[in-house]
Amino acid sequence: MSKEALAEDTAGMEKVFDRPKSLNNQQFSYCPGCHHGVINRLIAETIDELGIQDNTVGTAPVGCSVFLYKWFDIDVIQPAHGRVSAVATGVKRARPDLNVFAYQGDGDFASIGTNNSTHAANRGDNITVFFINNTLYGMTGGEMSPTTLLNQKTTTTPKGRKAKDFGPPIKMSEMLSALDGPTYITRQAVYDVKRIDQTKKAIKKAFRIQTEGKGYALVEILSACPINWGMDPVKANERIKEEVENVYPLGDILDRS
Amino acid sequence: MGEKKLMRGNEAIAEAAIRAGCRNYFAYPITPQAELLQWMANHMPEVENGTFLQAESEVGAISMVYGAASTGERTMTSSSSPGISLKQEGISYLAGSELPSVIVNIMRGGPGLGNIQPAQGDYFQSTKGGGHGDYQLIVLAPSTVPEAAELTFESFDLADKYRIPVMVLADGMIGQMMEPVELPSPIDPSNLPDKPWATTGTNGRDPNVIRSFALGAENLKSINLDLQEKYEKIRKREIRFEEIGVEDPDILLVAFGTVARIARTARRLGKKEGIDIGIFRPITLWPFPDERLAELSESLDTVLTVEMNAGQMVEDVRLSVKSRAQTPFYGEQGGVVPTPSEILEEVKHHV
Repeated sequence: MSKEALAEDTAGMEKVFDRPKSLNNQQFSYCPGCHHGVINRLIAETIDELGIQDNTVGTAPVGCSVFLYKWFDIDVIQPAHGRVSAVATGVKRARPDLNVFAYQGDGDFASIGTNNSTHAANRGDNITVFFINNTLYGMTGGEMSPTTLLNQKTTTTPKGRKAKDFGPPIKMSEMLSALDGPTYITRQAVYDVKRIDQTKKAIKKAFRIQTEGKGYALVEILSACPINWGMDPVKANERIKEEVENVYPLGDILDRS
Repeated sequence: MGEKKLMRGNEAIAEAAIRAGCRNYFAYPITPQAELLQWMANHMPEVENGTFLQAESEVGAISMVYGAASTGERTMTSSSSPGISLKQEGISYLAGSELPSVIVNIMRGGPGLGNIQPAQGDYFQSTKGGGHGDYQLIVLAPSTVPEAAELTFESFDLADKYRIPVMVLADGMIGQMMEPVELPSPIDPSNLPDKPWATTGTNGRDPNVIRSFALGAENLKSINLDLQEKYEKIRKREIRFEEIGVEDPDILLVAFGTVARIARTARRLGKKEGIDIGIFRPITLWPFPDERLAELSESLDTVLTVEMNAGQMVEDVRLSVKSRAQTPFYGEQGGVVPTPSEILEEVKHHV
C-alpha cells in the first residue's frame, strides 16, 4: 500500500500504535522469533514514557546485544565483553545526572563479567541492568553459557550439559539477591502478552528506581534463541514456559524499593 | 606555577592529575603505586565533582575509565606492571574508541608476580601495543618526581588533543622517592573545550556512539587508517627528549626514566677520569625520537643503551642508529638498580 493510499484508508482514525521515539527508523536485524526485538522495544517505550530520552546513555557490549546503537535514538557506548556493568558505573559516577542502563547477555553478565556484574550490584550503583538470558552464546555459534540448562545440547555440549563436568546452571539473580547492596532484582519473560506487560512494568520500575536515586536494579529477561535452540519460534516460546522457567522461576526476587 | 612541596612520586602524580582537571579516578591496590590510590582516596572527594572509586579489579578499573572517559570528563587510572597487564583489554578498547584517558604505570620487577622493586620491563608492553590490534599510546617517561608531576599534568592535554590514551611510565623508584616538587596551579575543568563526540545524553542532537566495533572489513580498514594517520601526526609533533653533552662525546648513553638519572652521575664520574659521556634521554618512548638519535649517531662510534630490563628500548635505538655506530646494551634486571660506577665500568669497555 502506498503512503497516500494508507493515509486515505486511515483518515479520521486514531493512531494507537507507533514506533517509540527512542528507536530510530532502522529495521531490527534479529533472527525470526528472537526476543531481543521485543525487549529493545519495551525499553524504548519506557524511555519515551518516562521522558528521559535526552539524558539516557545505553551500554551494550558484544554478541547480539552489540547492535543496540543501531536501533536506539540515544547515546550508546559499546564496552568490552563482560565489562558493561563496570562501564555503566564509570558513566554514572562521572555524570550522576544521566540515566544509564546496561544491556547484557548471559555469557556477558554471568560468565566473563561475573566479577564486574556482582560488584556493581553490591555497591548498589544507581544503574539499571537488563540481563537477557537465552541460555547460550547466540551470535558466536550456540555454545554453552553458564545459564545453559542441564542436558541442554549446545555446540560445546553436544551430548547435553552435565553437572559433573560444567556444574549446574548459575542463578545470577538469586545469587545477587543474597547481597545487601541491590535495590530491585526481578526475572521476567516476553513469550506472551501477559508476560510482555509484566516485563514492561518491571522495566519501568527499574528505571524509576534510578531516576529516584534508589540504587541498583536488575531485570533478568528469559529470552528465546530459536536458531541456536534448533526450534521454530513457537516451540522456543513453549520451551521457556515448560523448561527454562522451571530452573529460573519468574517474578520479583528482591525488592527494597 | 604553585607552591613547592616535598612529595613522594606517587603523591605528586596524583595531585598533578587533580590539578590538571582529572575528576574521575578508578584503580585497584597494588605495590609500588599504593600511595597514588591512597592520595586520590583522600583528595579526590575534596574537589567539586571529584569521583574516587576503588574498583573490584584492574579490569573493572579500566572499564570504569572507559565509561567515565566516554562522558568527556578527564579520567585516570594507575597501577603497576601485573595490574597493567590485566588492563590491556581495556587499553585496546580505549585506543580503538579514541577515548582520552591517562594510565599511570609504576613499573616493578617481572615477569609474573616478579617483585616490588623498580624495573623497566614494560617498555615493550607500553610502546609496542600491550593489547590486541594496531594501536599506539603516547608514552611519557619521567626521570624525576617533579618531571613525573609535570608530565602527568600535560598528559591530560595530550589525551584530549588527540583523543588517545596516554601512559605515564615510571618505576617504583620514582613512585616511592621524595623530592621537592613545584606543583602546577589547578585548572578548572569546566573551562576546557567541549567534546562534541562524548556520550552525555543527546539533548536534542543526533546520538553519539562510542565504539570500537566495525563489522565490514573495508569499514574497519578505513577506521584503522584514520588511527594510523593520527599516530603519524603525533610522530611529527610530539616527540620529546633531553640531551646532555651530545656534542662530540666519547660515547653516547641512551637511557630513560630512573636510569637516565643515574647516567647523569655516571657522566660526572666519567669526567673525573677524562671520559666524556653524552646522554640522550627519550621522554616520549612512543613516539620514539628516532630521527634525532639517527642524526646524533652520524658522528659517533658507540651508542650504549642502559636499561633496567633485558634489552627492550635498545631495539628502537638500533632501528634508529642502524649501522652508523656500535649499539651495545647494558642492563640490570629483577629490580636491581645499576649504580653510577657500574655504568661507568660498562662505558670503559666501549671507549
